[in-house]
Amino acid sequence: MDPDDALCYRLAKDLDEAFPALVEAHAGRLYTIAHRTLGVPSDAEEVAQDALVRAHAALGTYDADRIRALRLKPWLATIAVNLARNRRRRATDRRPPTSLEPLVVAGLEPRIPSAAGPLEMAERRDARRRLADELLRLPPAMREAIVLRHVDGLSVAETALALGRPEGTVKAQVHRGLAQLRLHLAPDFLDPTTSVKELTA
Amino acid sequence: MTTSQHARSAATPAADEEALVRALAGLSLTAPATVAAGALVRTGLADAWAELPSPLGPIAVAWNGRGISWIDRADDPESFAERFAARVGRPLARASGMPERLARSVAARLAGGRRVRIPLDLRGRTPFEVAVWMKALEIPRGEVRPYGWIAAEIGHPRAVRAVGTALAHNPVPLVVPCHRVVRSDGSIGQYSLGGPAAKRTILASEGLDPDELEVAARSGRRFLGSATTKIVCLPTCHNARRIAAPHRRPFGSLGAALAAGYRACRECRPASGALAAA
Repeated sequence: MDPDDALCYRLAKDLDEAFPALVEAHAGRLYTIAHRTLGVPSDAEEVAQDALVRAHAALGTYDADRIRALRLKPWLATIAVNLARNRRRRATDRRPPTSLEPLVVAGLEPRIPSAAGPLEMAERRDARRRLADELLRLPPAMREAIVLRHVDGLSVAETALALGRPEGTVKAQVHRGLAQLRLHLAPDFLDPTTSVKELTA
Repeated sequence: MTTSQHARSAATPAADEEALVRALAGLSLTAPATVAAGALVRTGLADAWAELPSPLGPIAVAWNGRGISWIDRADDPESFAERFAARVGRPLARASGMPERLARSVAARLAGGRRVRIPLDLRGRTPFEVAVWMKALEIPRGEVRPYGWIAAEIGHPRAVRAVGTALAHNPVPLVVPCHRVVRSDGSIGQYSLGGPAAKRTILASEGLDPDELEVAARSGRRFLGSATTKIVCLPTCHNARRIAAPHRRPFGSLGAALAAGYRACRECRPASGALAAA
């Protein structure tokens, strides 16, 4: 049995008893989704916490059958994405993308395995930061699709469900998003005049 | 694209789609501990606590998303946590401070504001207990009522002892002012938050003289009428305290006052107290 299905059964039986397990299992991915779509750690923290609180409130209004039938991962992702979107819209002052260095210091960015040499570690850390920064430069809809599909690891179907978009749309957004990331991350190796279509053909 | 470009693209991890997908998967983060802890407190599945000043000195106040859940002495955090665990049982963690709105309303209530709405988390308590506490909330600052008054007001005139027990179990003393409930013989009675001495301190901080209260009740001055309005009150009722000295008429029983042509005050409803005292 999928751990989330087991969790849904427990939630249906006794919401308050099982909810801490949901928090334990999903707080990290909700924070990741919020952080990778917003780029501001404090905002991501609030969005992730708000998403869990909303989820608890919503589950409180669902009957047991509906809770058992829930697909927890995309369902929670929807809540986080919507809250992150609201926050982005509210932020009228367009803050510049944040550097991730403080996160590494705070121990929130996963550490590069220490088996790697110092130079390699620095390179990989730098690569992560550049990737995260490039992700934040993608158009929001494309960024959401990439974050859910490839950072959070949802399937195309789950991503489509979570974002309320047709699967074809999600596929296209992920495809174009990856192409743009490749284009921006490797400017030295690609001819800037080569179109995205050619690149990914 | 030329062959050489292909070769170079493939050799560059960031430019390689598979490597890119792997790198994206590596962008997962660990949530700061505050995410889970905050969510559990906000959903009422755990509680946070902080110290607040009070007329009795620093007190420990616990809360969650549903409201204030526990107030206790702050002198010993460890035994506070033990008592909380025994009576409430939810996970408890110390917070650096209280949410600003909640802190403001608790401070306003401790300062005597009656219209302050403070959410309370009284889950797991009996309807009788909750009725007792809600009734105690109606007693204005600087006034007291007998245990029997509460019993009569909530429709259980004979349950005076049960009212005393419920007040002793008040999880949120000071906010629910159980200190404003005294024995009908005028003695101050017990107090959960530090005993009778603390009860005297807090009543005195609200402008009452506990000694005077006891003396008055013992010498049979349990009700106070106004010779001009012909209204009889419980002695600490704000209406009674306004009566000018020459017009004050003490009574030992409500019956005596009614016989003398007085009517009961509609605000302090002395009949409720008299009923149970009888």
